[in-house]
Amino acid sequence: MTAPLQLRWVDVGSIADIPRRGARQIVTPNGPIAVFRTHDDMVFAIDDRCPHKGGPLSQGIVHGSAVTCPLHNWVIDLQTGAAQGADEGCARTRPVRTEEDRVLLGLAVAAEQAA
Amino acid sequence: MTRRLVVVGNGMAPGRVLETLFEAGGSDVDVTIFNAEPRVNYDRIMLSPVLSGEKTYEDIVIHDDAWYREHGVTLHKGRKVVHIDRKAKRVVADDGTTAEYDTLLLATGSGPIVIPIPGHTLPGVLTYRDLDDVEAMLAAAKTGNRAVVIGGGLLGLEAAAGLQRQGMTVTVLHLMPTLMERQLDPAAGYLLQNAIEARGIQVVTRANTHAITGEDRVTGVRLDDGTEIPADIVVMAVGIRPSIDLAKTAGIETNRGILVDDAMRTSDPDVLAVGECVEHRGVCYGLVAPLYEMARTIGRNLLGGDAEYRGSVTSTKLKVTGFDLFSAGDFADAKDRQEIVLRDAARGVYKRLVLKNDRIIGVVLYGDTGDGSWFFQLLKDATDISEMRDTLIFGQGYAGGAPLDPTAAVAALSDDAEICGCNGVCKSKIVGTITAKGLSSLDGVRAHTKASSSCGSCTGLVEKLLTLTLGDTYNPNAVQPMCGCTDLGHDDVRRLIVAKALKSIPQLMQELEWKTSCGCAKCRPALNYYLIATWPGEYEDDSQSRFINERVHANIQRDGTYSVVPRMWGGVTTPQELRAIADVANKFAIPTVKVTGGQRIDLLGVKKEDLVPVWADLNAAGLVSGHAYAKGLRTVKTCVGTDWCRFGTQDSTGLGVKLEKLMWGSWTPHKVKMAVSGCPRNCAEATCKDFGVVCVDSGYELHFAGAAGMHVKGTEVLCTVATEDEAIEYCMALIQLYREQGRYLERVYKWADRVGLDTVRQQIVGDAQRRHALHERFLHSQRFAQSDPWAERVAGKDAHEFAPIAAISFQEAAE
Ligand code: SRM
Ligand SMILES: Cc1cc2nc3c(=O)[nH]c(=O)nc-3n(C[C@H](O)[C@H](O)[C@H](O)COP(=O)(O)OP(=O)(O)OC[C@H]3O[C@@H](n4cnc5c(N)ncnc54)[C@H](O)[C@@H]3O)c2cc1C
Ligand code: SF4
Ligand code: FES
Repeated sequence: MTAPLQLRWVDVGSIADIPRRGARQIVTPNGPIAVFRTHDDMVFAIDDRCPHKGGPLSQGIVHGSAVTCPLHNWVIDLQTGAAQGADEGCARTRPVRTEEDRVLLGLAVAAEQAA
Repeated sequence: MTRRLVVVGNGMAPGRVLETLFEAGGSDVDVTIFNAEPRVNYDRIMLSPVLSGEKTYEDIVIHDDAWYREHGVTLHKGRKVVHIDRKAKRVVADDGTTAEYDTLLLATGSGPIVIPIPGHTLPGVLTYRDLDDVEAMLAAAKTGNRAVVIGGGLLGLEAAAGLQRQGMTVTVLHLMPTLMERQLDPAAGYLLQNAIEARGIQVVTRANTHAITGEDRVTGVRLDDGTEIPADIVVMAVGIRPSIDLAKTAGIETNRGILVDDAMRTSDPDVLAVGECVEHRGVCYGLVAPLYEMARTIGRNLLGGDAEYRGSVTSTKLKVTGFDLFSAGDFADAKDRQEIVLRDAARGVYKRLVLKNDRIIGVVLYGDTGDGSWFFQLLKDATDISEMRDTLIFGQGYAGGAPLDPTAAVAALSDDAEICGCNGVCKSKIVGTITAKGLSSLDGVRAHTKASSSCGSCTGLVEKLLTLTLGDTYNPNAVQPMCGCTDLGHDDVRRLIVAKALKSIPQLMQELEWKTSCGCAKCRPALNYYLIATWPGEYEDDSQSRFINERVHANIQRDGTYSVVPRMWGGVTTPQELRAIADVANKFAIPTVKVTGGQRIDLLGVKKEDLVPVWADLNAAGLVSGHAYAKGLRTVKTCVGTDWCRFGTQDSTGLGVKLEKLMWGSWTPHKVKMAVSGCPRNCAEATCKDFGVVCVDSGYELHFAGAAGMHVKGTEVLCTVATEDEAIEYCMALIQLYREQGRYLERVYKWADRVGLDTVRQQIVGDAQRRHALHERFLHSQRFAQSDPWAERVAGKDAHEFAPIAAISFQEAAE
C-alpha cells in the first residue's frame, strides 16, 4: 500500500511572467511541465510532452484554449490534454490555479509531506 | 461470443478487424496481438512514398501506441508466433511468450518470393515488403549508385521510381514482353514503359535473370543472353506468396493460402483467418480493398453476427507521382467481347473499356484516370451501359441517360461502401463527419477523416460526397478559406488589410469577423507576416504568432534542442570566423558541426538555455543570425567567379555578397534562396533558386522561380541586364512583388505560377516605373528589418523564451 496522496500547491511565478497566448516551462525531476496563458488569461498546465512524439508543447502556438505542437502540428486541447481532429492521444493535464497574480501548480505528495 | 481474441500478425487486415470490432461495441473482448515486425500497424501500401522521400514512417502509421493502450489491446511487438496448440487453445511465440484464446485470428499476410538463382543470398539482394526493406534500400541508396530491380509489376516499378528519386541509376528487368502485364494490356504497358524510360529508368523486357554476380556482396546481374548489368543492390519484386507455414504445421487446411469459408473460418471453427494469407473461393488477394471487406465480416461476426464475405473485384492504381494509371477487371481479348478505345497521343492518353453483354468487364486507363472510380462502379454493379454507350468512353461528364447526375452513382453507394482504400474510410464516416463538424472543403474532410489524404485516387468520390451532403453550398472552385477561422481567402485578407488599414491582429480579427477568439496556428503566422509586409515600421511584430523557430531564432530539432547557423556572406568566411565557431563548439560541447547545403556552417544540438551565450560569443566575432529558420532570406550561394576562376566572366562572389548584405533580414511569404554563378557552367546552381544570377560576358542573366526541394524546378529567365546595379535593383523589385502578392507559405515558383510568369516579367522588366517603386518599397522595409535578432536577444530581448519560469526540486509522489 502506498501512503495517501495529497495536492501540494507550489507557487511557480506571476501570471505576468507568461506571455498572453503563450507558455513557459517548469522544470521538475519528473520532466518538464508547460504552463499556458490564453488570450483571456486562463491558465492551464500540462506535461510538456506531446502525445504524438513527445514534442515540447510549451514551444507551440497557443490559440483559443488549445496549443499546436511545434513538431508536427497536432492540436492539443489545454483543458483536457486530448489531441483534436483525427489524431488520437492525450497529454497529462496538471492541477493549476491562480491566486491574485500568482500561479500555483498542484503536485501530488504523500499526505505527511503536504504543508 | 469471443472473450479472448488472439491475433497472429499485425498488418492492415487485422487492424481493420479490430476497428470494426470496437466500433460495433466489442470493447469487452480481451485482445492480444503478436507481430513479427517490431512496430505498430502501418499503411503498407504507402511504403513507396516513404521510399521516394515524399512521406515519413510517422505519416503512415495507422494505429499508434496510444491507440492500443486506449483500447486495452496487448501488442507484442517483434514476437513471432512459432506454434499453435489447438487442443490447449494456446499460441507460443519465439521468445516463449504464450497466450490463450477462445478465438484465434491468423493474419500472417504474405512474404516476397525470392527466385533461387545463383547469388540470391548475397548481401545487397533485397526484397520489398516492409519498413525494414525500405530502410535497407534507403541505406543502400546513400552509398551505392546503381540498382537493378527484378520484376516490372506494381511493386517493382514503385521500388524503381523510389530508388531513382533517391539518386540511384536504376534498371528494371522484366520477364514478360510488356510491363505490369497482369494489370495492363500491352498498349498501356508500352505507354508506361516509354514514360518510365523518359524519366531515365532503363527497362529491359523479356529479360531472364541467370545469376546475381559478386564475391562477398552484389556487383551485378547476368542475363541468360550473357548481358552483364552492374549493380550495388538488386531488389527482387517478382511476386508474393501467402505465409501459411504456421497454419499448415498446426494441421489447418491450406492450399496456396489458408482455406476459409464465407464466414472466414478455417477448417478449425475456432480459428479464423484474414488478409493476404487467405484463400477464399479459390482466390488469394494481394490488394487491401478485398482484405478490408473480409475484415469487416470478421469484426461483425466476433460479436455474434452472421455476415458473409463473397469475394471481391479489384482495381489497381500505380502510386508513382507523375504516372496516372488505373486498371480493373478482365481485359483479355476474346470472341464474345467488344472494346471501346480512345487514344490521344498528343496528351499521352489511352483508355480502353472491355464490354460483354452491354456491361463493362474490364477498364484500362492511362494518362487520365479521372473516371476510374466511375467505370469501376459500373463494372462492380454490372450496370447496363447500352443507353450511354456512344459517349461512355468520354467519362461521367458526358454520360447521357440515367446517371446524368454525376452524384447519383455515389448517392447509390451503401453506407459502408469503402471510399478511401488507403485509410479505410467508408461513406457513412465521411458523410457523418461532414455533417457533424460542419465541413465544407476537401481539406476539411482530409483533416478529420484522413480520406483522400494518402494516394489521392478517391478525391473525386470525396468531392461528390461533399456535393451530395452539402448540395449547392459546396463549390469546389470557391475561394479556399485561409483556415477554419474565416471564410476569407488569403488574397481577400491581404486586400482588406490595405483597404481597411488594419494594423494589428486583434483589430483584423474583429473587423473581418474571425470565427475564433484568437485564430489558430495556420492563420496567425500568416496574418503576422501580411501585417509586417504591409506596414513596415508601423506594425509591431507579434512573436506569439510565430512558429517556435522564428520566435527563438533557431531551428528546433527532433529532440527539442536547437541548431544555430550564422551568416557567411556569399559563402565566404575567414580564419577568424572559423576559429570563433570552433571555440563556441568546444565551449558549449555542441555535438555536431556540419557544412550545410547552403554554403555555411550549422551547429546542431544546442541546448535552449545555451542559445543566448552561444550567440553572444558568435556576435563578438562579427557573426550574425543566418535566418536558417526564417520565412525570409536564407542564403546567397556564389562561386569564385573572376576572382579566381579561369572561366569567370563577372565578380560573382562580390555580387552575391552584396545581394546578401542588402537583403538579409527581410520577411517573405516563404523562404527565399538565391545564388550567383560566374559563368554558364553555373557552379553555384543558380538555376534552381528562387532568384538566381548567371553571369555572362555581356552582363547578368537573371533567373527566377526555381527550387530544388520536394519538386525540382529549373528557373525561368527574367531578362539579361548589363550592370551589377541593375541586377540588384531587379532582384529587389522581384522579391518585393513576391512579398506583396505571395500567399503565406507559397514559394516564389508557386506564386509565379499562380499569377503567371509573363505577368511577373511585365511588371519587373516591362514597366520601369513600377520596378522603381517596388525597389523603393523594398529598401524602405529593410530599414526596419535589418537588426540582428541574436544581438537583440543577447541584449536581453524576450529573455522569458530562454529560461524556465520555475524549477521544482522535490520528487513528486507516484500515484
Ligand atoms: C541545414 C540544411 C541541410 C544541410 O545540412 O545542408 C537544411 C535543413 C533543413 N531544411 Fe532544407 N536545409 C538546407 C538546405 C536546403 C536546400 C539546398 C539549398 O538551399 O541550396 C534545399 C533545396 C533547395 C530549395 O529549397 O529549393 C532545401 C530544401 C528544403 C525543403 C523543401 C522546400 C520545398 O519547397 O520543396 C524543406 C521543407 C520546407 O521548407 O517546408 C526544408 C526544410 C529544412 C528544415 C528547416 C526542416 C525543419 O523544418 O526542421 C531543416 C532544418 C535544419 C536545421 O535545424 O538547421 N529544406 N534545404 C541546409 C541549410 C542551408 C542553409 O545554410 O541555410
Ligand atoms: C510496397 C507495397 C505497395 C503496395 N501497394 C498497394 C496498393 O497500392 N494497393 C493495394 O491495394 N495494395 C497494395 N499493397 C498490398 C497491401 O499492402 C497488402 O495487401 C496488405 O498490406 C496485406 O495485409 P495483411 O494484413 O494481410 O498482411 P501484412 O500487411 O503482410 O501483415 C502481416 C504481418 O504479420 C506478421 N507475421 C507473419 N507471420 C507472423 C507470425 N507467425 N507471428 C507474428 N507475426 C507474423 C508479418 O511480419 C506482418 O507484419 C502493397 C504492398 C507493398 C509491399
Ligand atoms: S561558374 Fe564559371 S566562374 Fe564560377 S567556378 Fe564555375 S566555371 Fe568558374
Ligand atoms: S510530437 Fe507533437 S505533433 Fe508530433
